[in-house]
Amino acid sequence: MNVVVCVKQIPDPASPGALDPSTNYLKRDGKLILDDSDAYGVEMALQLVTNAGGGEVTLVSMAPNDETSGLRTGLAMGAAKAILVSDPSLAGSDALGTAKVLAAAIKRAEPELVIAATESSDGYTGTVPEQIAAILGFPSITFAKSIVIADGVAKVDRQTEAGYDEVSAPLPALISVTAGVVEPRYPSFKGIMAAKSKPVDTITVADLGLAADQVGAAGARQEIVSVVAAEERQAGEIIEDDGESHLKIVQFLESQKVL
Amino acid sequence: MALNTIWVHAEVGGDKPSSITLEIITKARALADKVEAFYAGDNAEAVAAELGKYGVSKVYTVATEGLQGIPVASAMVAQIEGGNAPDLIMFGSTYDGRDVLARLSVALDRPVLTNNNDIAVEGDEVRVTTSIFGGATNLTTAFRCETPHLASFRPKSFAAEPGGETTAEVVAAEPTEQGKVTVHERHVEEHSGPILDEASLVVSGGRGLGEAEKFELVETLAKLLKGAPGASRAIVDAGWVPYSYQVGQTGKVVKPNVYIAVGISGATQHMVGMKGSKTIIAINKDPEAPIFGIADLGIIGDVHKVMPKLIEALQAR
Ligand SMILES: Cc1cc2nc3c(=O)[nH]c(=O)nc-3n(C[C@H](O)[C@H](O)[C@H](O)COP(=O)(O)OP(=O)(O)OC[C@H]3O[C@@H](n4cnc5c(N)ncnc54)[C@H](O)[C@@H]3O)c2cc1C
Ligand SMILES: Nc1ncnc2c1ncn2[C@@H]1O[C@H](COP(=O)(O)O)[C@@H](O)[C@H]1O
Repeated sequence: MNVVVCVKQIPDPASPGALDPSTNYLKRDGKLILDDSDAYGVEMALQLVTNAGGGEVTLVSMAPNDETSGLRTGLAMGAAKAILVSDPSLAGSDALGTAKVLAAAIKRAEPELVIAATESSDGYTGTVPEQIAAILGFPSITFAKSIVIADGVAKVDRQTEAGYDEVSAPLPALISVTAGVVEPRYPSFKGIMAAKSKPVDTITVADLGLAADQVGAAGARQEIVSVVAAEERQAGEIIEDDGESHLKIVQFLESQKVL
Repeated sequence: MALNTIWVHAEVGGDKPSSITLEIITKARALADKVEAFYAGDNAEAVAAELGKYGVSKVYTVATEGLQGIPVASAMVAQIEGGNAPDLIMFGSTYDGRDVLARLSVALDRPVLTNNNDIAVEGDEVRVTTSIFGGATNLTTAFRCETPHLASFRPKSFAAEPGGETTAEVVAAEPTEQGKVTVHERHVEEHSGPILDEASLVVSGGRGLGEAEKFELVETLAKLLKGAPGASRAIVDAGWVPYSYQVGQTGKVVKPNVYIAVGISGATQHMVGMKGSKTIIAINKDPEAPIFGIADLGIIGDVHKVMPKLIEALQAR
């Protein structure tokens, strides 16, 4: 079974984010890494391919520059190859523009299954996967907390507000996975070495046959009109526990009329 | 200038309209002359009666076989193509809301603006505001495209208030496509006590509890204070508690009167889910923990020492 995993390469979430003051886009100029949320998808795909007894995992990513370090992490985990759509015209892309690009790239790999994360760590629109499915004409199941593939059908436990639903869809399909769906493996030393020579096919928007006005800032058809600092919450009283600090909490609860 | 018509994607929690649905309807009422809803689910008449109390004049019901995304979006498209287009369609940032929103954006070729916590109409321009960087910055974006505009909103962005009471007309909106997803069985996780995102007091536990068994401290305290237990994603991912306990960007948004964070560091993704609480108490052994930056009462201490004493003191009352 051939599986495509959408992997987003993002600025290190540990360092504070910033907007480029001239465009108001999220700054993406430093090193980009594999979004943690997508490590679950890569692991899930590798397991499903192993269980299917054959096939390979292809990573698909879109970035305004030719960054591949996040892709190398996924390749080191065991993915066979990667497609990177990289084009300066992609800067400022919104969710729909991103989905158009990714869908066009995914088509090239002719997958039976596409996996994405339910939401990215830096953009978290949570709509890109379902938009990709709509463009490809695939059925889609979002918020998967487990996936089993048998006889051309994907069986999924889908997270809901109240619990979970048992749902299924025939392949080809797109599934978005939640964090914790599987435990992502750490790339082995051998995997890291092997990843260096795995193929990364770098393509442009024109290669995909998409018009420039469909993607990037032009395609987004929206404009950021203001960026303001939110009102900050002030810290209150901070005390060191001296063995009696629980009484402080009791007092506080009394003051709030909880007790 | 107000908008003519806003559609709201209506959902239920149990058998009543969900709070997020009523919140966005309340806001829609202030922005448009007419608010209509799309609803895919059971008890349409009863749900429509409730929505009428909030000023919804028409409820389109959609018969769905699988998940909502394809059928509800296709029913909306059919209405729009039939000449019934609204100016704006509002969704909750929910499981099914996102599915419908995404399918619709492709079908109509319209951008979506997601996770907003405010909206304003200025002239004929619609602007939405979302909070980024863990709530440190507010970003306002204007739609620059043809209507209908598509936007989703975080829970607790607006207060739900009845008003503009009418009797909502109920009409069937036919989906043109059902999609190929089948729902076989729905599982509901049992829980007692108040619902997490409605409780007036929340006690949440994090990795600082050390091990799954110690979550009992959180549950006991929540019970004593008639609140709901919650959790950070770290311990949800570790499998200590179900996902429904998660507070934060990918979990619930809570705004209780008192939020007690037990062994939680205060990552930005956690804080966006709870920093709207009226008051915050934090217990953490690390004086540098970011959670102390927003706590009204911060205890620098070991949860395994402070929590048992607190529970004991409350039980003795
Ligand atoms: C896309 C994305 C979405 C996310 N969404 C969410 C979300 O919705 N909700 C969420 O919570 N997180 C979310 N996260 C994860 C978030 O970044 C943090 O990793 C998580 O909140 C950390 O949980 P924690 O505070 O329990 O653990 P840690 O950060 O490990 O903190 C544990 C704390 O416990 C303290 N501690 C340890 N031992 C003791 C003790 N004995 N007594 C007292 N204190 C002690 C430590 O000092 C530390 O501050 C998300 C992350 C990403 C990338
Ligand atoms: N630029 C991108 N490249 C590859 N995958 C992406 C990209 N943007 C979004 N995705 C995928 O879609 C998921 C949801 O993204 P979002 O809609 O931004 O929350 C991500 O977790 C990825 O799996």
